[in-house]
Amino acid sequence: MIENVNAVEVHGLRKDYAGVSAVAGIDLDIRRGEIFALLGPNGAGKTTTVEILEGHRRRTSGEVRVLGEDPGRAGGAWRARIGIVLQTASDAAELTVAESLRHFAGYYPHPRDPGEVVHLVGLEEKAGSRIRTLSGGQRRRLDVALGIIGRPELLFLDEPTTGFDPEVRRRFWALIERLAADGTTILLTTHYLDEAEALADRVAVLAGGRVVAEGTPATLGGRAEAEAVVRWTDAEGVHERRTQRPTTLVNELSAGGGELAGLTITRPSLEDTYLELIGERS
Amino acid sequence: MTAVTARGALAIGLARGAVELRQFFRQKETVVFTFSLPVLLLVLLGSVFGDVYPETGLPASQLFAAGMIGAGIISTSFVSMGIGVALDREDGTLKRLRGTPMPALSYFLGKMVLVAVSSLAQAALMLAIAVWLFDLTLPTAPGKWLTFAWIFVLGVTGCAALGVAASSLARSVNGAAAGMNIVYLALQFISGVFITPVSALPAAMVSVSSFFPVKWMCQGLRSVFLPEEAARYEMAGQWELGLTALVLGAWCVAGLLLCRLVFRWTNRRE
Repeated sequence: MIENVNAVEVHGLRKDYAGVSAVAGIDLDIRRGEIFALLGPNGAGKTTTVEILEGHRRRTSGEVRVLGEDPGRAGGAWRARIGIVLQTASDAAELTVAESLRHFAGYYPHPRDPGEVVHLVGLEEKAGSRIRTLSGGQRRRLDVALGIIGRPELLFLDEPTTGFDPEVRRRFWALIERLAADGTTILLTTHYLDEAEALADRVAVLAGGRVVAEGTPATLGGRAEAEAVVRWTDAEGVHERRTQRPTTLVNELSAGGGELAGLTITRPSLEDTYLELIGERS
Repeated sequence: MTAVTARGALAIGLARGAVELRQFFRQKETVVFTFSLPVLLLVLLGSVFGDVYPETGLPASQLFAAGMIGAGIISTSFVSMGIGVALDREDGTLKRLRGTPMPALSYFLGKMVLVAVSSLAQAALMLAIAVWLFDLTLPTAPGKWLTFAWIFVLGVTGCAALGVAASSLARSVNGAAAGMNIVYLALQFISGVFITPVSALPAAMVSVSSFFPVKWMCQGLRSVFLPEEAARYEMAGQWELGLTALVLGAWCVAGLLLCRLVFRWTNRRE
């Protein structure tokens, strides 16, 4: 069956608010076990899309299957198979980290061990602290812990590292990779292109409620085939040439077997490609 | 719903009750504010009512104190529940729970545990003060306590359900807090909580308050804690316990139906 291949299937998804389309007909397939990133500027429809997939919002039209079920109708058994990391939450401030994890574990049929989850997100030292005393980054890690306590097959991460310092961010990435290695499908929305590039198997770029490009981070928007810029230096100074065939050019330039000083070959970065896709660069 | 999931919902509901209680009692300021406002009103207004009714020799302060116990538990059920649910909607509690397999029923069971415990504590506190400051005598007849029990259960259940329903009308915690307190204060006033005896109020005003639970809860509690002859100070000249049960029971049913109808998980309108 198809749902064995794809964790998420979306066809022609639309969401209108008072006649304005926040999501204007998108198609997405997310395979099981993959890390999929949704990129896009604010207002592109990322959060709306994710909230429809999570069962938090109703759609105006379109087909949606998440783990084989329609999230608009799915019940508790389906919710036990997904994990949601909220973007902003300040709930349960008076509970301790360990208390809240133990409590939430009780909702699920096959939860992870709360102590193991505390360790996974690196909150050992804070396990006995009230949640209100956590820093912003610690709070987000607790949100992740609550998202994975039920051993979800599919994890939704909505801008998970906003406000993290670089070191915490790296640790967080390692955690996500570890979850993916255990077979968890991960749907991530993010503002950070380096995050998508580091983590995602595939990305889709949303703009104006539509998918404007989809692919691996390396090939997005024809990035792998785009013109390369070859730079080198010789006695006359710095040379720069744009070409579709950089290998051939370099071969020609070094035909005498000479070494080319300061040789670099660059393709457009993911950021260049992204900005072009969302129309921020002419 | 199968027996297994019903049992699961009950077990999770009790676990939620434990979490609700822990969170409530750890917020010292909220605890003090919740319990002390009705206490303050009881002490201050009770001290002002110095009259003694000539027909029965009953002090007005006792009439007032018995009714205030009812007003106290309406505060811990209707007002606290309404604000609590609005807060859960605003701080992400409900959104998080909505994304888990927790049955909705368990959430409400947890809230009811909190409301039951805090309302009992409020009633005990108000009663202790009424006995201490205004010489209210505790009844010894088991029948009186039975009456107290059913008025408490029906009243608290109905008010809590109405609190949940009312919270769905507000868009924010601040809105909910203001709205709930205005309704609560107005109903207390027209139900004769602050003006004793209730028969001193215009009949038309009491006719309006007779549609709502406050009047009946306070009247019922006066029947528990005051001597028989005090019934003459009620609008009907009697305790009307049958009618009290009917009105409070009807509000339980209406409140639960309203809850189902208007309860929202989020503040968003779609």
